[in-house]
Amino acid sequence: MNEPNAVLRARGLTRTHGQGQSRVLAVDEVSLDVPQGQTLAVTGPSGCGKSTLLHLLGGLERPTGGEVWVAGRRVDTLSERALARLRRRSVGFVFQSFHLVEELSAAENVELPALLAGRSRRQARRRAGLLLDRVGLAERARHLPSQLSGGQRQRVAIARALVNDPLVVLADEPTGNLDSAATLEVLRIFEELRAGGQTLVIVTHDDRVAATADRLISMRDGMFVDDTWLAGAHPRGLGGLIGLEG
Amino acid sequence: MQDAVLAMLAKQPAHGYHLHALLRRALGPLGESMNRGQIYVTLSRAERAGLVVCERTEGLPERPERKVYALTAAGHQRVAAWLAEVGRPKPDLAEFHLKLFAAAAARLADPVELVAAQRRELLRRLREAHQAALAEPAGSGAGLLLEGVVLRLQADLRWLESCERAWSTVDDEAEDG
Repeated sequence: MNEPNAVLRARGLTRTHGQGQSRVLAVDEVSLDVPQGQTLAVTGPSGCGKSTLLHLLGGLERPTGGEVWVAGRRVDTLSERALARLRRRSVGFVFQSFHLVEELSAAENVELPALLAGRSRRQARRRAGLLLDRVGLAERARHLPSQLSGGQRQRVAIARALVNDPLVVLADEPTGNLDSAATLEVLRIFEELRAGGQTLVIVTHDDRVAATADRLISMRDGMFVDDTWLAGAHPRGLGGLIGLEG
Repeated sequence: MQDAVLAMLAKQPAHGYHLHALLRRALGPLGESMNRGQIYVTLSRAERAGLVVCERTEGLPERPERKVYALTAAGHQRVAAWLAEVGRPKPDLAEFHLKLFAAAAARLADPVELVAAQRRELLRRLREAHQAALAEPAGSGAGLLLEGVVLRLQADLRWLESCERAWSTVDDEAEDG
């Protein structure tokens, strides 16, 4: 049960919202290990607690009960300050609605977390240039978010999430606001991250996005109802997909 | 498979290995498991059925790779009929649907569990198809086919969601009653 190299670990993780009669169990005593290099997708209908789970794992929300560990360090008991530092240095976030700073250019948006983490201007700029190139936006570095398409904005947000070499990238419905072509662009980048060994947790209600992961957890009413390993070639080979038996 | 092989002979007679190469190109990574032997078997069946005739190259020993196949009139008719035919939906949806009903009625298995198992299988296939689609260069014919496979699997998965919802409520009602 205890993965020695788990980047993320949760034990009996619980989160309630509201009080008294209107009290809702958003996450109900879940336990989880995400080893280094795994891509995990969490799916389920809206309101099943998947986004809350992601917030708890990344230290954006505090649990009502249970424990969270990031790279062997217990984080649910950290001070606000230490938690903010952890979010900046060890976790990269990607949100459904991008959350870019509208007044800053694409490059400046990517540089910002690096500067906040104490890197020099030069280091931040170099790193941002590299990452924007990697997500195919080197030519748009000087554009403001309002001058970019939704898919491009999300790619800037992914570059920003990667700027401090996070231990884990947490993505909350990363394609929820994107059309199918832009979704494919984002999935292509995730596939590169996966191949490069980046630990990645994606919350999604889109089966195609979920199917890019190595492992898939399904949630209902705050609980895990299924935990499936998706990686590994189909025994019949690709031809089996169209009824050509190998 | 036979129809597709015949259709590729409609333009001009061809060797079996040429047909194999054409199919492989159209299917890309999906056709990797297809053997040339399958094409020869298909062709000799079509020959026995009078849909193709085979011309041997003079003076050489008789081997499958030396044969050139040509469509007969019956073969041309068959190809025209195949192209005009509208594909019917596969029966597997109805079969799975009936399986859930039978399982529930006979209390042999939990339909919700059957749905979950089916979903896991489809997700694994979706993952494979998606990765193969990403690996295809833009504008490749096989990429287009893979996109179709992905969309179908997504549709099947959405239907399974409805199945899961429906059969979960059946469960709850039974417990309440």
